[in-house]
Amino acid sequence: MAERIQISVRVNHTLFEREVESQLLLSDFLRHELELTGTHVGCEHGVCGACTVLLNGEAVRSCLMLAVQADGQEITTVEGMASPALAGALHPLQAAFKEAHGLQCGFCTPGFLMTLIPFLKNHPDPTEAEIRQALSGNICRCTGYQNIVKAVQLAAKRMAQSA
Amino acid sequence: MKPAPFKYLAPASVEETLSMLTQYGYEAKLLAGGQSLIPTMNFRLAQPAVIIDLNRVSELAYMRPGDSGGLCIGAMARQREGEYHPLFAERAPLIRETMPHVAHPQIRNRGTFGGSIAHADPAAELPAVMLALNAGFKIRGREGEREIPARDFFVGMFATAMQPEELLTEILIPPLPPRSGWAFKEVARRHGDYALAGAAAVVSLNEQQRCREARLVFLSVGDGPVEARGAVQALAGEIPGEEVIRAAAETAAAVDIDPGSDIHASAEFRRHLARVLAVQVLHQAYERARRA
Ligand SMILES: Cc1cc2nc3c(=O)[nH]c(=O)nc-3n(C[C@H](O)[C@H](O)[C@H](O)COP(=O)(O)OP(=O)(O)OC[C@H]3O[C@@H](n4cnc5c(N)ncnc54)[C@H](O)[C@@H]3O)c2cc1C
Ligand code: FES
Ligand code: FES
Repeated sequence: MAERIQISVRVNHTLFEREVESQLLLSDFLRHELELTGTHVGCEHGVCGACTVLLNGEAVRSCLMLAVQADGQEITTVEGMASPALAGALHPLQAAFKEAHGLQCGFCTPGFLMTLIPFLKNHPDPTEAEIRQALSGNICRCTGYQNIVKAVQLAAKRMAQSA
Repeated sequence: MKPAPFKYLAPASVEETLSMLTQYGYEAKLLAGGQSLIPTMNFRLAQPAVIIDLNRVSELAYMRPGDSGGLCIGAMARQREGEYHPLFAERAPLIRETMPHVAHPQIRNRGTFGGSIAHADPAAELPAVMLALNAGFKIRGREGEREIPARDFFVGMFATAMQPEELLTEILIPPLPPRSGWAFKEVARRHGDYALAGAAAVVSLNEQQRCREARLVFLSVGDGPVEARGAVQALAGEIPGEEVIRAAAETAAAVDIDPGSDIHASAEFRRHLARVLAVQVLHQAYERARRA
């Protein structure tokens, strides 16, 4: 029945070697095996976006990938955002979310942040329409999105200044 | 929920994939981007005994210019390429224009062209666009390779002309004739959601600026992508001005389609959307053809 497979995955720059069951989802691998519980699970069918992580730098749903598929790949989770070099100082995006009230309960926040990292890399000066389109696959039940858009605009401005 | 246990196989080549398909047949499911298959496994609507993961079959992940123009797309090319790869903008601008409507960026980063076409969701954009572009599909099986034109491929709801031991390997997009234009539009509750209705059109003109050839295809109004054949007949040989387009759209909505009602929209509303979308895409395709 349950087959166990050896994998080695780099998560937030650390190499992890584990034996996993073939049906284990990447989201559960991160949360249960590696205890990186910042990646949230809302729906497990790709709709809510809470489980978004970076796979080799691109945003993907971790609930729609098997852990075995991450073998040999590089994963970044929300825990990998704050800079270790700066004693865990918040990433400019995290700081902007905090200041612009881009979160309330925070359940959706890790997914928004992970979606936004590659987006801002490719769109350093995004329009509001581009921001809303980029975030169309992330659901937030609290904020009404206005302050999330403001947080992205604030972060983009600051990241451009410091670049 | 979580998937039921299965045997996981990760072939490295098409040959290896085909021999696994032959060995396991109906018991096996091919895993491409997983953006449709894994949700159904998480819900346990699908419980395949064997998963054959195509993600290491690198020979299927490509796009290149076709031998006589057009574009060849490997089955494992990611949907995001349709948005960003210059070959699409240059050789298949209708796909480029449609891509942002297919789900969300995170889904397109994983989802593949082959997966969307093999899945044959009646609400999916790519199958309709494939019909509009007169695409062909290369299918590999035990007995070798065959090519199926898009219009013979989609045979019903989530059903295609492929057998369970067959593999879709390549999508062939032929070049458009000279003086051709194209357009895609859809109506969805939220950007990236499955559409309540959508339409794709390609219009080619002759030297007298009359319609030489046209295709109008709807999504989300039937069991699969639906070609509006009556509407297209009404366009043949005509200069597709406002009156002609209105009449064609009327035929499309009233005769060519038979939409159903569900919690998202009534049949009547879908007919209304189809009529409005048909006018818009035919008009835009014609304008682009005139300027081509
Ligand atoms: C939240 C969400 C929203 C979405 N919205 C949309 C939308 O608006 N429009 C839309 O079109 N799609 C939408 N999708 C679906 C998405 O586009 C999928 O990527 C696509 O339908 C399937 O592609 P895949 O590569 O992920 O295939 P998979 O899920 O891996 O496979 C789908 C099916 O195709 C079979 N298959 C895959 N590749 C091959 C092959 N080469 N040969 C033979 N069989 C094969 C598999 O066995 C499986 O049965 C959405 C998905 C999610 C999760
Ligand atoms: S938990 Fe993955 S998208 Fe909702
Ligand atoms: S802050 Fe509560 S769901 Fe977004």
